[in-house]
Amino acid sequence: MLLYVIRRLLQLIPMLLGITLMAFVIIKLSPGDFLSEMRLNPLVSPETIERMRENFGLNQPLAVQYLRWLWNAVRLDFGYSFAFQVPVVWLIGSRLFNTVLLNVVGFAVAWALAIPLGIYAARRQYSLGDNALSFAAYLGISTPTFFSGLFLLFWAFKTGWLPIGGMTSVDFEFLPWWGKVLDVAHHMVIPVLVVGVFSIAGLMRQMRAALLEVLRQDYVRTARAKGLREPVVINKHAVRNAINPIITIFGFELGGLLGGSAILENVVGWPGLGKLLVDATLQKDLYVVMAALVFGSVMLVVGNLIADVMLAFADPRVRYD
Amino acid sequence: MAQEAIRRGQRARAETAPPQIRTPAQLAWRQLRKHPMALAGGAVLAVLYLVVALAEFIAPYSLDFADRERFYHPPTVLRFWDARGFSLRPFVYVTTLEDPQLRTYRVDPTRRYYVRFFVHGEPYRMFGLLPGSRHLVGVDAPGRLFLMGTDQSGRDQFSRIVYGSRVSMTIGLLSAMITIPLGMVYGGVAGYYGGRVDNLMMRLAEIIMSFPGFYLLLTLAAVLPTGVGCTTHFYLITFILAFLGWAGFSRMIRGMVLSIKEREFVQAARAAGLGDFRVIVRHILPNTASQVIVVATLGIPGAILGESSLSFFGFGVREPCASWGNLLTAASNLPTLILSPWLLFPGLFIIAAVVAFNIFGDGLRDALDPRARTS
Repeated sequence: MLLYVIRRLLQLIPMLLGITLMAFVIIKLSPGDFLSEMRLNPLVSPETIERMRENFGLNQPLAVQYLRWLWNAVRLDFGYSFAFQVPVVWLIGSRLFNTVLLNVVGFAVAWALAIPLGIYAARRQYSLGDNALSFAAYLGISTPTFFSGLFLLFWAFKTGWLPIGGMTSVDFEFLPWWGKVLDVAHHMVIPVLVVGVFSIAGLMRQMRAALLEVLRQDYVRTARAKGLREPVVINKHAVRNAINPIITIFGFELGGLLGGSAILENVVGWPGLGKLLVDATLQKDLYVVMAALVFGSVMLVVGNLIADVMLAFADPRVRYD
Repeated sequence: MAQEAIRRGQRARAETAPPQIRTPAQLAWRQLRKHPMALAGGAVLAVLYLVVALAEFIAPYSLDFADRERFYHPPTVLRFWDARGFSLRPFVYVTTLEDPQLRTYRVDPTRRYYVRFFVHGEPYRMFGLLPGSRHLVGVDAPGRLFLMGTDQSGRDQFSRIVYGSRVSMTIGLLSAMITIPLGMVYGGVAGYYGGRVDNLMMRLAEIIMSFPGFYLLLTLAAVLPTGVGCTTHFYLITFILAFLGWAGFSRMIRGMVLSIKEREFVQAARAAGLGDFRVIVRHILPNTASQVIVVATLGIPGAILGESSLSFFGFGVREPCASWGNLLTAASNLPTLILSPWLLFPGLFIIAAVVAFNIFGDGLRDALDPRARTS
């Protein structure tokens, strides 16, 4: 097991090299750089721009730029943001927390609701409740998050029940600590709803399908035949076996934690990593984009690894060597 | 006597003879017919693609038509009743701008403008060839039929949605047309040769799969040259969507090929002296057909959502072209949205198309899977 984890971690190295190289080439292919907009500004002299180019290392050949970036990145130095003039690590660190906060709460809500709903739907297959739930699930997975976000913002404005976008109120700084928590929680309702509904829909469908598969098995019939009560049959025998594919999904979601809410963050103005990335892409803030891509990819790969390890713990039939 | 017995035997055999043999497609269709939700999804898709084909005829106005005096006009109210009594044929009133700030319009009830079918309107060329000027619905000239309101420059949103369906509904199909052959050959080669080739090819595919999807989509879209026309841009976006899609797909194919290549008919084909490529393409890959159809159907909505998200942020299809995603950009400004909520209409079309594809794809999967088949 340990050997397997080590091997997987070693495989991560060539993969990260590939990912960073690809990201670097893609960004470099794009026409213009951060300084091209500054060049149009008559207040900035050509000498200043030339000096900045040198400072940022933009005048070096592509390979040198990449190797230099890589060498720094290995030492966890991801360079400076052109636009904000602060180290990229700071920038990402502050945004990372917001994104993770939003997604963790969203997933907690989703898991707490989706699994019972999936079990309910599987136990009453083709009933009115099941059909209604599966249609709702189709709607959930098919609604783009930017649309549901916009719709909820519109609704929040009309009813006045919830704040419209952002993460904090204007008077946030003057609130006591519990007031701050409540304020952020209040602002989180809409984004959590959007993230939650999207993953509830997917998870519930998976849970339903997995449980239906298990309920057809002989050992479930045996359990019923020997007179076990239905809740025991479902919870002790069926659900525990149906949970395996869900664990794999958990790993994927863990991996998608950084990328999943990117679109939504821009719509509702949540100051997270996704919003940072869209802004950085627009401004061609090279090192910020690179770092966001690397962080996101590492999360995805590590998330999948964690899922595989968890699967081995949950299911004694799964063995890695 | 003996002959009689033989004849009786033949008749008996004829009566118990198996019913006609059905092709896999017939079996699948029989199964699909029992799935009303999937059929409804298929019907919605058929209607949407009909709209794609006949956009010029169905849209009351052309793509670039703009009534600058009626910007952010709310959806035209279809009336059946007024002071002069009831009319079975719906009619509309002419409106004039009253307050440009609050975008309120005054209704002039003095004259009815009846909604007519097959009216003469702006001329167009159907399929780029057939000249015509008939539109499905319309009203006489000073009256306007804005079924879903107008945008900031007074362009009819319904017409733009109809034209936008061309981009939104075809981008998924086009990217699937690139993804599928590419993924099949790539996955087929990796699975067939196995070993070191497989290892290397799959690592490469994994690199693409381990980028967070939307981040990579965004970065790639940002690379696209800005100066090109919007049709070229549309094709470039299609390539990007396909570039992201093929990796996961080829991995699935590779998994199937790994098991298929051990079967006897593959051994037979190789023993007959066929080349590797021919064995892969002619003997192995056709066996993955039913799964490929399902994955394609379920993959298209992903491309539709990808395109609309990109276009929503302004990285995808650009003005003056219309797609459902870039029409929604107008709604992204909250003060505008609050005054003109009809700008959300294109989103309903995205949802309808994606739900229809998902439901139809799931139905298709059940229909093509022999294990899930009920007689």
